[in-house]
Amino acid sequence: MSSLSVKHLLGIKNLTPQDINLILETATNFKEVLNRPIKKVPSLRDITIANVFFENSTRTRLSFELAQKRLSADVINFSSSSSSVKKGETLLDTVNNILAMKVDMIVMRHQSPGAPHFLSKHIKANIINAGDGTHEHPTQALLDAFSIKEKLGELEGKKIAIIGDILHSRVALSNIFLLQKMGAQVMVCGPSTLIPKYISEIGVIVETDVKKALKWCDVANVLRIQLERQQIKYFPSLREYSLYFGINKKMLDELDKQILLMHPGPINRGVELSSDAADSNHSIILDQVENGVAIRMAVLYLLASVKQN
Amino acid sequence: MSKRLILNTNLLDITLNRLCQQLIENHNDFSNSVIIGMQPRGYFPAKRIQEKLEFLLNKTILIGRLDTTFYRDDFRRRETPIKANTTDIPFIIEGKKVILIDDVLFTGRTVRSALDAMTAFGRPDKVELLVLIDRKYTRELPIEADYVGKYVDSVFSQRVLAEWKEQGCQEDAIWLET
Repeated sequence: MSSLSVKHLLGIKNLTPQDINLILETATNFKEVLNRPIKKVPSLRDITIANVFFENSTRTRLSFELAQKRLSADVINFSSSSSSVKKGETLLDTVNNILAMKVDMIVMRHQSPGAPHFLSKHIKANIINAGDGTHEHPTQALLDAFSIKEKLGELEGKKIAIIGDILHSRVALSNIFLLQKMGAQVMVCGPSTLIPKYISEIGVIVETDVKKALKWCDVANVLRIQLERQQIKYFPSLREYSLYFGINKKMLDELDKQILLMHPGPINRGVELSSDAADSNHSIILDQVENGVAIRMAVLYLLASVKQN
Repeated sequence: MSKRLILNTNLLDITLNRLCQQLIENHNDFSNSVIIGMQPRGYFPAKRIQEKLEFLLNKTILIGRLDTTFYRDDFRRRETPIKANTTDIPFIIEGKKVILIDDVLFTGRTVRSALDAMTAFGRPDKVELLVLIDRKYTRELPIEADYVGKYVDSVFSQRVLAEWKEQGCQEDAIWLET
């Protein structure tokens, strides 16, 4: 199969395992392109893409922009903090104004879950969800899976522990969907106040002891405490969180095996991960960032490759 | 659907031997020449030629694989998009003489995209094209091969099919499918 079954990348929920494999294989080819002397292919040279970010971002925004430029697309960037959204312009108006300038694809990050889904019902352009509130972040899950596959060979049967603020994490949810679709086992670990109450119904193991989680897993995907999304206090203090759930190098060395340590970024050094753990040889955090560009190139390329009339 | 055999295993081997001799005539000891096989099917004849040359010249000949999917001119114009294959060029092509090898030369568009793709790796001194089968009169771009295994008269609706042992076929053979 050489094309995706979806027109937009709204979430991992809508992807089939064949779609996921196609994206991962295509990303392998693009990773090779990124190691050439001239890191550019002309495929998307007739396409204009708007990066519409209503929430802050470093990695995702830069990664998408770089991926688009490597594919020779024209890129325009929109960030709500310096736009007419501050004057009260609605989401649909903002996007329709951008589309009136003949933009072919939209990459959007928005604080409301379902915002890209809403948009997909009203506009013709391809939409890529770069994160919608606490719902999904599909390209992050894809690059996480790619990074795991790169180091461990396969996803099927592998044990991945997602550790941290599961309740507010779109990275956690997208990862859970993807890893389960690809036959991996998933555990979520964190303070019980930060684990959704009925999450075991979707087939994940729930654990509140981080040492047990590390012992069980092949891969530990550590999440940031999403302070900006917490209206109430879910734990007494950051210091207490890091005492009970923080991961340091000593804990990793005490395991009788080598596990992979991942983090979507940005890291709160000293909270969920100590510096010596983040910079240790278990960590593939910077590989994740490198792979992010290749994965986003694959997604953009595959969504664009549908025949135009 | 009928198949006519163009080159059987023996004739294919003779043709490959003759092509190797032609290459040696022009490239001498291959001190500054490299082979690049075009994905997906050009790599098989390229590998055969590399092995024969290494035997004849008693030295290592550099070989790479080039996939041109991202440089095609029919992107967003096909009913079914093409899936990319591996590109692996483990040497520098800057200043080298490149022998680009493919199984069939048809419209010439794949070769055009290969020339574009190569510029991402450097500026070769010279690029020559070697094909096993040259389908005459079907060119859509001004591109011709420097070394040809066999010329075949064909119409657009026909297909030249190369079968290689590596793909699981019993023996190497080239067919014309109508």
